[in-house]
Amino acid sequence: MPNFELGKYAVYIVPAYAITALVIGVMIADTLLRAGRWKREVEKREAARPGKKSKKA
Amino acid sequence: MNGFGVLLKRELAMAWNRGGGPAVALAFNVCAVTLLPLASGGSLDKLKLLAPGFSWVALALASLLSLERLFERDYEDGALDLLALGPAPLELVAVAKCLAQWVCTGIPLAVFAPIAATALGADLALAPLTFLCALIGGIGFAFVGGVGAAVSLGARAGGVLIAVIVLPLFTPLAIFGGGAIASLAMGLDWRPGLLFLSAYSLLFLALGPFAMAMACRNALS
Amino acid sequence: MITVLANPQRFLAFSRVAAPILGALAAILAAAALWTGWSAPDDYQQGATVRLMFIHVPAAITGMLIYGCLAGSAFFGLVFRHLLADAAARAAAPLGAAVTLLGLITGSFWGRPMWGAWWVWDARLTSYLILFLFFVGYMALQASIDDETKADRASGILAMVGVIMLPIVHYSVLWWNSLHQGETIFAPGGPKASAVYLTPLFLMWAAYSLGFGALWMVRIRGEIWRRRAQALAVQGAR
Repeated sequence: MPNFELGKYAVYIVPAYAITALVIGVMIADTLLRAGRWKREVEKREAARPGKKSKKA
Repeated sequence: MNGFGVLLKRELAMAWNRGGGPAVALAFNVCAVTLLPLASGGSLDKLKLLAPGFSWVALALASLLSLERLFERDYEDGALDLLALGPAPLELVAVAKCLAQWVCTGIPLAVFAPIAATALGADLALAPLTFLCALIGGIGFAFVGGVGAAVSLGARAGGVLIAVIVLPLFTPLAIFGGGAIASLAMGLDWRPGLLFLSAYSLLFLALGPFAMAMACRNALS
Repeated sequence: MITVLANPQRFLAFSRVAAPILGALAAILAAAALWTGWSAPDDYQQGATVRLMFIHVPAAITGMLIYGCLAGSAFFGLVFRHLLADAAARAAAPLGAAVTLLGLITGSFWGRPMWGAWWVWDARLTSYLILFLFFVGYMALQASIDDETKADRASGILAMVGVIMLPIVHYSVLWWNSLHQGETIFAPGGPKASAVYLTPLFLMWAAYSLGFGALWMVRIRGEIWRRRAQALAVQGAR
């Protein structure tokens, strides 16, 4: 069972974990949002030109 | 090699004028060296410890000064295109540019380095090694800087960008050069530091031009 | 495997399935790591700060892993001029910078209670800082060149120089450290980790690596779509 007693080290452990969670969260969010945005962009443009073959990346 | 001689002469002439040449680099160095005692209270015993290290920092920074224009002038006025098409390989052009940079900026800075270090309180006995290390390190600064300048050709915000790219690669020069001088100051063997410094500088002298030529061709394409 | 993935269409199809799986695995492993790690008793010497090892060491190792991935991708992009390789290198850089930064920050938070200083200039930390600066320089270079093909090649050259030079830089810092022995004695990674800590450490390292794999794939997908969108925009303008 996890024990959450950090004692005097809490002031180091908590910020470190918090910053880690924050940075990882930002990385995930940025990656997903960015990919989603460009996917929508491609779909929008392909829809605007029906029947034309899109260029392979 | 006659072709190389012509290239070198041209580059020397350009380097002498570029970015103010040796005068500006030396002036910058003097300013930097003046800042340290002013910022830290000026007591010679404290400065003495920092002197060799700081004079290397000033050396590295001053070497950055005229890097931005190393390839850029030729790039902008089309001369680089001609040089790329010319009989001499672009790698040789790169060697000529960096050597000229070293002669016009590196050597004067190397001469000044022991003066700066002594002014900051370092022992006069360290002066010859400081000069030698600055001289050899100057080759490293010129060729490493050349790679940074070539890779940044055509980029915006040239000067600062080159510094950011190049400073991590400058660290071994500072470490080995400063380490050699510090070893001498502590009475230890200074030769390993000098040897590593020379090895690093020569490595970039040998391999750098290939990277520079590749980067120039990329920018010209 | 590489030639299969080299086709953007096949990569998109592959990553559509693979990325979420890796991501889910990473999340599970991370949870397991935290559970086992925080259930372990406090270390005799380090006390509760040993828990920082679980987020510091994986970050540090993953930072170097990403650097290797970036260098490998850049190499393929430079030599074979493959767009997907260039996209992969470009995608890896911000992830590398973020993870390396985490390694530095968590290392700092771990160092303060352990060794009394927020930062020490020992070989490992200094080399790691230089690695971070390398990521920053790489991203800065890419961002400053407008022509994307040129940007990819220029940063590819920088990455290759970095691959050759960073080990030398690391060695130079090690050598410098040996000169200044006696000022700080900094056992890399801290005191010997006992077995009870190795399991959560390994689990977390796996989580970070798989998590990077998942995010990298998604970022590469984003890159593929971005380039396609821009190509379509150019087409549409005609």
